[in-house]
Amino acid sequence: MDLLEYQGKELFSKHGLPVPAGKHAPDAESAVEAADQIGYPVAVKAQVLIGGRGKAGGIKIASNAEEAAAHAEAIIGMEITGPHGEGPFTVGELWIEEGSEIEAEYYASVILDRAAKKLLVLLSATGGMDVEAIAESDPDALVRHHVDPVKGLTMDEALEVAGKAGIPEETADQVAAVLVSLVEIAKAEDATLIELNPLAVVAGGKVVALDAKVTIDGNSLFRHPELAELADDLGGDPQEEMARRKGLTYVKLDGDIGVFGNGAGLCMSTLDVVAQAGGKPANFLDAGGGARAEGIMDALEVITSDPKVKAVLFNIFGGITRGDEVARGIIEATKRSGIDLPMVVRLDGTNSDEGLALLGESGIDNLHYEKTMLGAAEKVVELAGGSGE
Amino acid sequence: MSIIVDQDTRLVVAGLTGREGSFHGLRNREQGTEVVAGVTPGKGGQDVEGIPVFDTVAEAVSETGANTSMILVPPPFAAGAMDEAIDAGIGTVIAITEGVPVMDMLDTYWKARDAGVRLIGPNCPGVLSPGKANVGIIPAEFFEAGPIGVVSKSGTLTYQIGNELGQAGAGNSSIVGIGGDPVVGSDFVDVLALFEDDPETEMVVMVGEIGGDAEERAAEYIAENLSKPVVAYIAGFTAPPGKQMGHAGAIISGSSGTAQAKKDALEAKGIRVGKSPTETATIAVEVLGG
Repeated sequence: MDLLEYQGKELFSKHGLPVPAGKHAPDAESAVEAADQIGYPVAVKAQVLIGGRGKAGGIKIASNAEEAAAHAEAIIGMEITGPHGEGPFTVGELWIEEGSEIEAEYYASVILDRAAKKLLVLLSATGGMDVEAIAESDPDALVRHHVDPVKGLTMDEALEVAGKAGIPEETADQVAAVLVSLVEIAKAEDATLIELNPLAVVAGGKVVALDAKVTIDGNSLFRHPELAELADDLGGDPQEEMARRKGLTYVKLDGDIGVFGNGAGLCMSTLDVVAQAGGKPANFLDAGGGARAEGIMDALEVITSDPKVKAVLFNIFGGITRGDEVARGIIEATKRSGIDLPMVVRLDGTNSDEGLALLGESGIDNLHYEKTMLGAAEKVVELAGGSGE
Repeated sequence: MSIIVDQDTRLVVAGLTGREGSFHGLRNREQGTEVVAGVTPGKGGQDVEGIPVFDTVAEAVSETGANTSMILVPPPFAAGAMDEAIDAGIGTVIAITEGVPVMDMLDTYWKARDAGVRLIGPNCPGVLSPGKANVGIIPAEFFEAGPIGVVSKSGTLTYQIGNELGQAGAGNSSIVGIGGDPVVGSDFVDVLALFEDDPETEMVVMVGEIGGDAEERAAEYIAENLSKPVVAYIAGFTAPPGKQMGHAGAIISGSSGTAQAKKDALEAKGIRVGKSPTETATIAVEVLGG
């Protein structure tokens, strides 16, 4: 789960990591109010989960209330596309922040290194820009330090990292403290990524996090009720929002074939095979392990709520998921909602014979069975009316 | 032979009294696994269809000689159950539970490593050595003993490919689901090393998916260390590019994590990659025959 900048900064404040004074503003009126309280100049910053906001015009400096109002009105509702073509994301809220006179920009982050099975701290004296480019052109400028899994990051180690990165002596203590704090926050809040780009030196030589990218491990939300609440507010695509509330992993795609799989791997493979068969998947939906009839009903409801969907493919290989539960879910959902889209079912694995028997007895029209994944993909592409173009 | 689980496996199930624990624990027993104990705190002294339940893993070990633990407890308690098994002297811990916080796994990974315990998972389907033992949720009835080792990040996709191999007439030495979480106890390379040393395994099918760089690291490892042929499959070619959230991930791995990048890395080392589960099985059978 990715946090918006202001959510990340509020998390930093809670843990004593210095950030510029700021206020969250859901609309233009409250933006001006916030700016008045903070004092001018202020930065009016679009809150979207994507980089490249500045270039897209999503960050503006206001030196008085009129400018603050004008910028806020211009930015709210703006559509921002990411540097890699992601989105567009519509700006729904703002962060109003005290204007900072920047003396220097660094880059600091902590990330879970999956290969090393350790947290990795990254620091560079050059920040505020594309850090990937720095890593490529001048690898030594980006200092990497793996955090000891038992001891954590000590202040001495952090100072050493700052020294290696060429952070000037007058700010080294503050930067080192930030690194120690990043590791503590990552552990305390279950963050798999915290990136400060830039970590800025502002007037008076104070080091503050000027931007915040934070990714929280979704598996940990049971012990972070306050972060779980944020997840509820993130909104987004109506189908994705509906799926999230029902605890399903759903990603909307732009085709017309609804896909239901159990397990992320099989579901991804199903999308690939549907594409190879000449079809266009409308979604990725992983019902997860051990989905019961109710979960299946929820999933079918989410898939068919997308008006583009012309046919649905169920590709189930039961392990912990039981075929009879899947069948009960399909039958219940179809009967209750009156779905009349063609559906192709491919059911294998645990209790699949029982499941197929139940489906056979159900008397539902327009339900097709295929024995193989490839056969099922070809059938659903045919039923959806060909290539989906 | 086979790897990780076999006829010497003596299994203790953490969470045996729960819905999933009892269903799969009893299934594993029906499939020939020696299921010697269950552990549920507060339910010591009970039994599940003849399998004695203990309050702690330590008691289960001393009373029954359990040497392998299957973890089927809810996510908030899963890492704790793994830690308990490691402390009790269990040699192989297989964690099925999905949704374990990754920070918990960072601690448990190093605890297992320091104790010399083989940890598989979490968020994995377990390990099946057909005809010998099944620890986990893999539907054993679809697999027969044979010369192909399978190692996979994904559960259901493993069944799919194992099943296709079976239909193509090739059985399996062992099927190992390593799990798709960011931090798992054993990576592709750990399991590939075991298959290399297993005389019954003649070749390996490796099943990967988008994210991380475990497949890229495996490609390097295979080129340098494996004498046995490997055929790979990667899922997720049509997966939408995730929204970028910081760049640190790409920097550390040096890989974009896409299916294409993984396929390219494998093929650069001479490892054949199937386009679909069916094609992968076909290539594997061809390699085995050739």
